[in-house]
Amino acid sequence: MAKMTYIKAITSGLDQVLNDDPKTLIFGEDVGKNGGVFRTTVGLQDKYGEDRVFDTPLAESGILGLAIGLSLTGWRPIPEIQFMGFTFEAMDGIVGQLARDHYRFGGQKNFPVTVRTPFGGGTHTAEMHADNLENYFTSTPGLRVVTPANPYDAKGLIISAVESDDPVLFMENLKLYRSMKDEVPDEKYTVPLDSAKVVREGTDITIVAYSAEVNESLTAADALAKDNISAEVIDLRSLSPIDTDTIFASVDKTHKVVVVQEAQRMAGVGAVVASDIAEEKIMSLDAPIGRVAAPDSIYPFAQAENDWIPNADDIEAKAREIFNY
Amino acid sequence: MANGSKQIVDFAKIKATMADPYKHPVQVIDREGKVVDPDTLAKYSDDQLVDFMKKMVWERTLHEQTMNFSRQGRLGFYAPTAGEEASEMGSVTAFKENDFLLPAYRDLPQMIQHGTTVAKGFLWSKGHVQGNQHENPNMLFPQIIIGAQYVETAGVALGIKKNGDEDRVAFVYTGDGGTSQGDWYEGVNFTSAFQAPAVFFVQNNGWAISVPRYKQTGAETLAQKAVAMGVPSVQVDGMDIVAVHEVSKAARDFAAAGNGPVVIETLTYRYGAHSSAGDDPSRYRTKEEEKPWFDADPLIRMRKVLTDKGVWSQDQEDKLVDEYKDEFKEAMKEAEAAPAQKVSDFLKWTYNVPTPAVKKQIAEFEAKESK
Repeated sequence: MAKMTYIKAITSGLDQVLNDDPKTLIFGEDVGKNGGVFRTTVGLQDKYGEDRVFDTPLAESGILGLAIGLSLTGWRPIPEIQFMGFTFEAMDGIVGQLARDHYRFGGQKNFPVTVRTPFGGGTHTAEMHADNLENYFTSTPGLRVVTPANPYDAKGLIISAVESDDPVLFMENLKLYRSMKDEVPDEKYTVPLDSAKVVREGTDITIVAYSAEVNESLTAADALAKDNISAEVIDLRSLSPIDTDTIFASVDKTHKVVVVQEAQRMAGVGAVVASDIAEEKIMSLDAPIGRVAAPDSIYPFAQAENDWIPNADDIEAKAREIFNY
Repeated sequence: MANGSKQIVDFAKIKATMADPYKHPVQVIDREGKVVDPDTLAKYSDDQLVDFMKKMVWERTLHEQTMNFSRQGRLGFYAPTAGEEASEMGSVTAFKENDFLLPAYRDLPQMIQHGTTVAKGFLWSKGHVQGNQHENPNMLFPQIIIGAQYVETAGVALGIKKNGDEDRVAFVYTGDGGTSQGDWYEGVNFTSAFQAPAVFFVQNNGWAISVPRYKQTGAETLAQKAVAMGVPSVQVDGMDIVAVHEVSKAARDFAAAGNGPVVIETLTYRYGAHSSAGDDPSRYRTKEEEKPWFDADPLIRMRKVLTDKGVWSQDQEDKLVDEYKDEFKEAMKEAEAAPAQKVSDFLKWTYNVPTPAVKKQIAEFEAKESK
């Protein structure tokens, strides 16, 4: 077992699936010789050849069309959209076509496409690069949406995503790429596509988060612990579907919950989680459901990102408010 | 500018001459039924020519019968095809069963020729999943989002190339309006970049619902757009089935031999409305415009050629029309007998492995459906 960054763990997972299945293909803008603008696919073209790992012309809708057509001829495509902000150019491909095609065929054909794309704030990227656009995709039936919050899950989830016969949107957090290291097994393992994980056990309040906000929530939980408030932190990992069983079990234990997201409040994975809890577990709650989210402005200009993205202090404050309700 | 001074580049000249290679659409039989390319026509036996004619009569009858069914409320969305018989039958017959067809919504006749049933075509129109499940697996369902079939063609063609499939291509259709979509360019360009085997058809029928062809672009022809992507292209008389077939076959041979894609613009005309759903062409075009196109009808000119050869008669055609009508009425009965669709099935097809929420909804709907 080696210590690996989040990005290396993804590379390791991609290496594994390319090795396991000769029908897997990686393609997109700059993914070949350059190994991706973040180097996520570095070395893979050398190892597996230009037939398996290749650059495309610069057009996201074309990339998705390619993925769908390759599925129809027996391939297992892993296209990269260079930044999540660019997925708008591929919206018909992902949402209009890919997510529906298995259904349109009445289940006769599979479209086992994994769309990888980096997202998330805090690294001062140019405009339209870092936005949290998950809400557009989590409200799309037929599409699975996952996002790891640590290197171990990153490798296990990318392998599960590629092996799944359903189309999966695999969101990679820009800030996490190189900011954290974990023990990551060299050998193959998988992390299930539809399960949340309790990443810190606690008894007084549940904090539900995903992606970079999981780390912020863990920091908040440390601060709360100093005042003997025991917070349980859940990493959603899968944004569609949402693993309500894990959340409900925790709510039954703590009776108080805060739902955290980096995206704007109105763009609501958090809203879905809150409504699921309200629908099924309202009698178990001792306080209103707390929400922490970015404000409903357009994604901020890069210099002001850190004033806008919810952080550990925001989560701690909201958790205290709900705990003391 | 000072008198006599010459500019470094003559844009006016470039603009005036850029469509020059496309000034003479390929034609074998002209609008009067006169054979203008006897050498090409001589390649076809009488039986082949009669078969072309039968297919056009079949498609015209299908058109008329579907308009009847529409008036009776027995079909859903349906895109009329009268006028486009030579373009559609001439092209699809140039392809093999193993070639992959990516149709749009006006291409049900080609789908049926490529390997599905008339009943499935009707089921698609009526909104039934069986209308997307074809005997020949080498085709997609009709694309609704104009242009999406073009980018998907790039993927199918690349997949064929990567699989090393011999003598196999992808072929795809859109209309004149479709060439304005970004996906049109991305699809042709990706296929060109990968030198993958595909034939791209543009059935230029003059109208994108109510918007005339000339409003789509400043380009004189749609075929010339392919030049920018490094793709050879041609304009063909889309009312001349022999010309369309001959050009399609040449394009297929070229693509299948590993030379990359081809774009074909067929010059045709939509006689009827855009769709059966309330479009009225008299709102946007005149009888004076329609007349010369009706006179250029693909069946009229082929009928003349075959009658001159003594291998076709009106009697024979009338009998065929009756046969085809019966076939379509039977197909409608078959379509109407398709089992009712279940929401629980829709849920089952949404994911390969149902999510927990979907699983719950399947159970709910199955309980309702069993009542």
